[in-house]
Amino acid sequence: MQKPKLKLKLRPIAASVCMGATLFSSTYSFASLPTPQVDSTGLAVTDDTVTVGDLHSATGTMAISETGSIEAEHLAIDQINAAGGVLGRQVKVIDEDGASDWPTFAEKSKKLLEDDHVATVFGCWTSASRKAVLPIFEKDDGLLYYPTFYEGLEQSHDVFYEGQEATQQILAGLAWIAKEKHAKTFYLIGSDYIWPRTSNKIARKYIENVLHGTVVGEEYYALGSTEFGSLINKIKLKHPDVIYPIVVGGSNVAFYKQLHAAGITGANHTLLTISVTEDEALGIGGENLVGFYSAMKYFQSIDTPENKAFVAAFKAKYGPNSVIGDVTQAAYEGPWLWKEECGRAQSFDVNKVVAASAGTAFDAPEGEVVVDANHHLWSRLRIGQWGADGQAKVLYTSDYIKPNPFPKGYQ
Amino acid sequence: MKKFYNNVIGGKQGAASFIILAVLLMIVFPTTMSIFRLNLVGKYVTYAFAAVSLVLLWGNTGVLSLGQGIFFGLGGYCMAMFLKLEASDPITTKIQSTPGIPDFMDWNQLTKLPAFWVPFRSLPFTVIAVIAVPALVALIGGFALFKRRVGGVYFAVITQAIALIFSLGIDGNQGYTGGRNGITDLRTMWGWDIRTDHAQYILYFASCLFLIGCILLSNFVLSTKIGKVLLAMRDKEERVRFSGYEVASFKVFIFVLSAIICGIGGAFFVLQVGFMSPSLIGIVPSIEMVIFCAVGGKKSLFGAVYGALLVNTAKSLFSESFPQLWLFAMGALFIAVVVLFPDGIAGLWQNYGKRLVAWIGKMAAARPAIAGPIGEPVEK
Amino acid sequence: MILLAYTTSEYFSIFVMQGFAGLSLFSVLLLMALGLAIIFGQMGVVNLAHGEFMALGAYTVYLCSNLTQSFFPKFGPYYFILAIVAAFFVAGIVGYLVEWLLIRHLYKRPLDTLLATWGLSLIMQQTLRSVFGAREVTPTLPDWLMGSLKPSDTIDIPINGLFVMGLSLLVAFGVLLFTFRSKMGLRMRATVQNRIMSGAVGINTKAVDRFVFALGCGIAGIAGAAFTTIGSTGPDSGQRYIVDTFLVVVFGGAGSMLGTVTSAFTIAQAQSVLEFFMEGTMGKVTTLAVIVLVLMLRPQGLFPSKVRT
Repeated sequence: MQKPKLKLKLRPIAASVCMGATLFSSTYSFASLPTPQVDSTGLAVTDDTVTVGDLHSATGTMAISETGSIEAEHLAIDQINAAGGVLGRQVKVIDEDGASDWPTFAEKSKKLLEDDHVATVFGCWTSASRKAVLPIFEKDDGLLYYPTFYEGLEQSHDVFYEGQEATQQILAGLAWIAKEKHAKTFYLIGSDYIWPRTSNKIARKYIENVLHGTVVGEEYYALGSTEFGSLINKIKLKHPDVIYPIVVGGSNVAFYKQLHAAGITGANHTLLTISVTEDEALGIGGENLVGFYSAMKYFQSIDTPENKAFVAAFKAKYGPNSVIGDVTQAAYEGPWLWKEECGRAQSFDVNKVVAASAGTAFDAPEGEVVVDANHHLWSRLRIGQWGADGQAKVLYTSDYIKPNPFPKGYQ
Repeated sequence: MKKFYNNVIGGKQGAASFIILAVLLMIVFPTTMSIFRLNLVGKYVTYAFAAVSLVLLWGNTGVLSLGQGIFFGLGGYCMAMFLKLEASDPITTKIQSTPGIPDFMDWNQLTKLPAFWVPFRSLPFTVIAVIAVPALVALIGGFALFKRRVGGVYFAVITQAIALIFSLGIDGNQGYTGGRNGITDLRTMWGWDIRTDHAQYILYFASCLFLIGCILLSNFVLSTKIGKVLLAMRDKEERVRFSGYEVASFKVFIFVLSAIICGIGGAFFVLQVGFMSPSLIGIVPSIEMVIFCAVGGKKSLFGAVYGALLVNTAKSLFSESFPQLWLFAMGALFIAVVVLFPDGIAGLWQNYGKRLVAWIGKMAAARPAIAGPIGEPVEK
Repeated sequence: MILLAYTTSEYFSIFVMQGFAGLSLFSVLLLMALGLAIIFGQMGVVNLAHGEFMALGAYTVYLCSNLTQSFFPKFGPYYFILAIVAAFFVAGIVGYLVEWLLIRHLYKRPLDTLLATWGLSLIMQQTLRSVFGAREVTPTLPDWLMGSLKPSDTIDIPINGLFVMGLSLLVAFGVLLFTFRSKMGLRMRATVQNRIMSGAVGINTKAVDRFVFALGCGIAGIAGAAFTTIGSTGPDSGQRYIVDTFLVVVFGGAGSMLGTVTSAFTIAQAQSVLEFFMEGTMGKVTTLAVIVLVLMLRPQGLFPSKVRT
């Protein structure tokens, strides 16, 4: 795992603090380029504005998860506008509600691309919603920034994946826990859909082939299940060294509460998950998570000036009680990465932006991230240990990990 | 000929309704809307199939099914399986460990196409399956339930549970069904790219024609003796049974017919929207189909079509302007329709619209009213 | 295969804990279904907003928890009991209003109530979302509810599970007592059996209806409160439970309290055992499928009501 070749030294960075956030301003000339020059494909660009879309679920079951992403994307766009916009143009946002319903996502993305001609879309959260809109983005040649960590196995000309793909999130975390805890046996659990299943498939191959451990159990529960009594008994029966659950949504809360009630706590068991961020911790309640581990690229507690400024700006806009999870931070990166890429392309044209994207870097709250030629980000993995306050203490930070959406040997 | 005109078209009134609907769908919408909006209408038209099926089942037989999503889904999945196989030729899928099978199977470590997928390589088989699979499921389910005289609320709750079982079952068998993501990324049908504007136009017209065909068929069924028995059953089931009619068989028949209509709608949905997922089968979509039908007027075949168009347009517009509020609007609509307008738009039209038209007609120099009523099965 | 590697005592512990898991699911299902059984069984009203009344109860507990923490932190360990009572009354009062505004217009049309209450559930969901936000919330639970009893080294019995079990038995007992030993219960049974005759002998059947509906909703509120100890609460929590709840009632046979108890027990044990031996989702699907099959063979449920409408 080597570090990507960052052209940090070549790129003049002038960090200026504005609105409590570290803002990036480059030497690209933002003296408004004429509109025909930056937009040759009929996007919604005028001499002083550029319109983008924001497509998440504001209603329905997924609203719980997607709200943070909507907030982060709006924060980033506000900051970009305050710093002069993109290519000298203020960014206007059209918000659309996918309503946790995949056909609606498809419908709304069509509207954004074909009726509103937006320059780019920040949106989608679940893999299902991304799969539903993908053919539309490919047909209309739109641009989508997708914030969630996901199962990989996808790479599209028209999508940038800001979250980690499965190998980035899984391998380093398992290696760490195996080394720290001398773990040999693992119990894999998941909500029943593609992300947990694919992730556990990768985890199983890594455990069996690389760590030479054993998977003592692997099972899946329907999304929204709230009864885990039988599962917990099976865990107790097999007492694995590591419990590896990828449970999401409402099930998450029930799962951890019941674990706690059944006496499985951080004090007597090792549990590593890739599906609990600060957002979920808020719902689960820190007391049910104490001592468990999460593997994420970002935790709210990261102690860097960039992150502190970001957290302060977020709380200033959305209230002191708001929390920021991995996906929320990744969603924040979307508008900034797009701005950088447009700057490099000197255009809003999707093809030019995509062509200029490889190697684009951004000083995100998590630290610098770089866009790979495969449209995923080089990033680090962190292991955090949960405390009673619903915040995680970062115990380990990996090297930069190259994104590898089609991992050989794990398929 | 006369008989055909009276029974199938529904006489003068019916003919006027048909003409208005056809003109609206096939001339007014295509000429005034962008392809994007028209495509949306096309999607609503596919929901209208489900609404029409409910008019037969609920409005005219008195059996409320909260599981029409199952049949919509089955029809849709049959079509989606065919399209997915065509989109997964060995060349486009060469990155997979096993090229030539759908991508989600590869992700789930399947190395061979499951046997039940194989016949879906053939378009004729698929077309038959779109009709036969929902029909078969409805036949079995209907037979079991109606023979045991399950009706009313029980039937509603049981069909709802079956809808849940289907969507959970598809979720739980990802390798075979695509799981929660569904079957996505569908491209061509017999080499014909269904994603182009041109294709979308053709598919739109095709679904409209099939919808009108289904209404004609339903009109015909309702005009026969069967239709009369159905109506009688809705109003006084016991009396029909004591008169010697085999009530259950009639119900099974209409249940199967409604399943077929739903399945056709599902197949067109897949062709126009380009994917199929269990989220179109479960409890919520099934109950939404009921509301399309209720808003349009549960006794009127035409009303149901307008109901589906109207509710979906409202949903789409409302969620564009007030994303946070549309659940309120939707909920209020449910309650309003049930409490205040039990016969939906069609009922309103019967009560006020006709008078209004007559009044306008009189104003316009006593010319006869051009518009007929929306719906209401034939009155002789 | 792995099972062979264990000693008899470990088998015994698993057996005990597995039995407890089933019992705990049973008490949850029973608590959810009781309110619905009263409304559906006694009045023939299909209340699809039942889940939302549960959510309302859960949010009431959440609110109480926040108020206690801000104003009476000393009261922390005990507030939960009062919060349950509050949940009962909040849900009950809302139910009372709903009956008055909506349900009473629809008594003769069961299928229409089903649709109207679905509309109501959408409105209630969005209201909860607007007031409390879309995120799932959890009230702070008193310490005595957390943790587990350890009768032996290998057995853990969760206290919150015990608590829910006790609560649901209490409520079930209360409902039985109410139905068969109170004046109001007598009126209720009379109204169910013959509405016109009951009116003729001077029972205010409309008041009975309203009271029963409010009672059913209040019990849903208690169920919601109990839920906060094992799961989370979000605006759409209610929808997750509604089908299970209905199946319990229908499976038991509408109108039979004993049926509801039996069916909750059967379904819970079946699901719990199937989930132990099969994978999670398929365990659930199998349970549902078996219920539906049984209902196809025996549509009137396990204990059919003798009253036919």
